[in-house]
Amino acid sequence: VLHTVRPVHTGQQRLAPLPPLPEKGGEVRHGLIPEEFFQFLYPKTGVTGPYMLGTGLLLYFLSKEIYVVNHETVAAVCILSVIIYGVKKFGADVAAFADKLNEEKVANALAVKNAAIKDLEAAIEEEKKEQWRVEGRSYLFDAKRNNVAMMLETNYRERLMTVYSEVKKRLDYQVAMQNLKRQKEQDHMIQWVEKNVVQSITPQQQKESVAKCILDLKTLSKSAQATL
Amino acid sequence: GPLSERRLMDVRLGELPTWLVTCDFSPQGLLGGVRRAWSSYYNKYINVKRGGPAGISMLLAGYCLLSYSWNYQHIKRHRWRKYH
Repeated sequence: VLHTVRPVHTGQQRLAPLPPLPEKGGEVRHGLIPEEFFQFLYPKTGVTGPYMLGTGLLLYFLSKEIYVVNHETVAAVCILSVIIYGVKKFGADVAAFADKLNEEKVANALAVKNAAIKDLEAAIEEEKKEQWRVEGRSYLFDAKRNNVAMMLETNYRERLMTVYSEVKKRLDYQVAMQNLKRQKEQDHMIQWVEKNVVQSITPQQQKESVAKCILDLKTLSKSAQATL
Repeated sequence: GPLSERRLMDVRLGELPTWLVTCDFSPQGLLGGVRRAWSSYYNKYINVKRGGPAGISMLLAGYCLLSYSWNYQHIKRHRWRKYH
């Protein structure tokens, strides 16, 4: 069984992103002693308590030589003075520069986020338009159905026309054949009859017919003369 | 809360021995204590948006004090006076 059921995301669900860093660190006085120390001593000794404590401790260490003044002290004083001078003079500028770097990073991240949001919103708009377009699907299909029906009709009628013309062609052919045959028969018969008649007219008959014609003509001319 | 789960600053002076008994002094416990102290210091003074010189200067001062105390026996020989 590959697909086992395992509970996921069972821890406490954190709905917000990581909490942002605090703005300022813990309060420190003179760069060395946390403020909590002063607050701790305030109820008993007031404001000057820690300073008195510090002075007393310093004098005690010096007088008992628990802190020995030697070459290292001189070196420490020089180094500390240089460091403090540097921090006091250039601290603000360095802080502003670092803040600017941070600002740029945050601005970049924000820009990416805004661009992503804008892209997603544009995608949402596109999606809505697509959904609106879907509603017109029915019209599109109706038009297509009409087209198809018209094409079918046209095709059907073309085929009817073809059938009709083909049948007519065949029938015309038959009719033409019959006419031709009859005409040929007629011509042939006439020719044959004429040929036989001409053949049957013998020279004897021809002379008799010519004499009769001449007699007829004379009588006709006589009658015509008589009427005139 | 119960004694074993309180931090050192919240323990009263009279309860200190009992609190020390409940403390975990095994290597893992000590390491965990060191880690917790380091991360609490870090989150208070260094992991901030606008820190100052205080974060590192306290560490440097602590280092100076530690190294002075480690070399104290040698430095003691360079005292100016014999009797205080």
